[in-house]
Amino acid sequence: MKQLVVISGKGGTGKTSLVASFASLAERAVLADCDVDAADLHLVVQSSLVSRNDFWGGKRALIDSDRCTDCGICEDLCRFDAIISDSSTFSVDPIACEGCGVCAWFCAEDAIDLVNTIDGEWYLSETRLGPMVHARLKAAGENSGKLVSLLRTEAREAAKKRNIDLVIIDGAPGIGCPVIASITGADLVLVVTEPTLSGLHDLERVIRLTKHFEASAMIVVNRYDINEKIAMQAEKHAQKLGAGLVGRVRYDPAVTQAQIQGLSVVEHSSNGAAADITEVWENLQRAFDEEELYVSEA
Amino acid sequence: MRVAVASGKGGTGKTTVATNLAWVAAQAEKSVVYLDCDVEEPNGQIFLKPIADWRKPVTVAVPRVDPIACDFCGQCGEICQFSAIVCVGQKVLVFPELCHSCGGCDLVCPLSAITEVPRGIATVMAGHTGSLRYFQGLLNIAEGMSPPVIRAVKAEAPEAELVIVDAPPGTACPVLEAVRGCDHVLLVTEPTPFGLHDLELALETVQSLEIPCEVVINRAGLNGSATEEFCRRKGIEVVAEFPDSRRVAEAYSRGELASEGDPEIRDLFRSLLTHIEDST
Repeated sequence: MKQLVVISGKGGTGKTSLVASFASLAERAVLADCDVDAADLHLVVQSSLVSRNDFWGGKRALIDSDRCTDCGICEDLCRFDAIISDSSTFSVDPIACEGCGVCAWFCAEDAIDLVNTIDGEWYLSETRLGPMVHARLKAAGENSGKLVSLLRTEAREAAKKRNIDLVIIDGAPGIGCPVIASITGADLVLVVTEPTLSGLHDLERVIRLTKHFEASAMIVVNRYDINEKIAMQAEKHAQKLGAGLVGRVRYDPAVTQAQIQGLSVVEHSSNGAAADITEVWENLQRAFDEEELYVSEA
Repeated sequence: MRVAVASGKGGTGKTTVATNLAWVAAQAEKSVVYLDCDVEEPNGQIFLKPIADWRKPVTVAVPRVDPIACDFCGQCGEICQFSAIVCVGQKVLVFPELCHSCGGCDLVCPLSAITEVPRGIATVMAGHTGSLRYFQGLLNIAEGMSPPVIRAVKAEAPEAELVIVDAPPGTACPVLEAVRGCDHVLLVTEPTPFGLHDLELALETVQSLEIPCEVVINRAGLNGSATEEFCRRKGIEVVAEFPDSRRVAEAYSRGELASEGDPEIRDLFRSLLTHIEDST
């Protein structure tokens, strides 16, 4: 089974539009929306829910006020300012609490419990483009990295059950824990960039991240014609860092129109950006094949 | 006054709004501090071009075990909820990148065999451009946790008439950390289905902190009035709309401030600034 991860460093470069198009172009694939803070893929693929599941993210401390003697040891020991003392009662700020359990361990009255908490939900859905796993982290939810790992496991399970040999993962922007969780163990990481100085700066950092985790990375330059000079600079720079170019996609208002109509770009039209994306997809297939050859030779 | 610029969806124009707002305020001779709290990918410097004059590493405390003092009782591993310290037989293993620096292992160790040592995870940099003070955090590559870095950036910042916090995208803990303690939040969105959906999520996060917030629509005119209708329904004011313009996108690509070269855009940012000042 192959896992293709699409990430970007900088946000808003077009990850989700590309993933939806790839899903249309791939004959069979399982989709995993791992941008769990702001999951948007379901808006394009119009999913119908198969199962809804709780995401048990982490733990939080809970003070039993009947047992609490207001000694204040918990407040002294908590490094996250999560204990709120209000005249004579103590309680836990669930947003600030990291669930480290120090307060519970040292409470002399055994008045603090560490309880599992639901930090969101994850879903298995059917879509016209194949099965999809996705999630919704609660507002201010924690443990997005853990949720990403869970979604990836579930996506592989769904693929195994249905004999599908490709998982396409829509990742989060940035280089933090959800991104790290989405790229570890992936067969190929596709980094979507845009030809802006911000894009260039973020591209470098995200490629370095993929190299750190020894993932194979390639880049696609989206809206390359906004600034062709920077596009070329980005391609050269990425090459130097060890990420080759899979293709370029032109700026095309049809990309936004497709999103508004709830279609992938390649379902919406066949020329312009859609043609570019199709070519990118074909090049990706080739990259996968070469990788396979390389692995079997080694 | 502290104003955070946040968004939910990435790439909607947070940095564009934050940098231009800072620039017009500095032009009006206000004391302005800019905090780039998108520490995974800080881009404010590309537009404000500060001259760096100060740098400091951001460290977190992680345990170091003295193998001679340790009798492998395993209590450190028991208290740790993050599997960052594990006792296996006659060995204690520490996984620093999993450590949340709660100090539990150090507190629980009966032989005082654990000391906490600093581990660098990022750098805070400060600089200036004219009268504007600039601060940014830069997370080291392969470090997952940005909240401590965001806290460090905010702790270094001096008071000013206007402090602008450029928040990271998303709706999870890093955004929360950036926005916490601010007087006002501007949520930047674009009028697309993705933009609207993520605005709704970001709004929930900001409202969980009970901070007053308003909406800025970027690339206005792309798609009907669903965003305006949403804001009306939620009782959130749309305080500025910036037109969708290829010219603006090209200026952005070159790292130029739209307000500097385009009087129309400059006027829009000036009125946004006046609005923020009047509302607090």
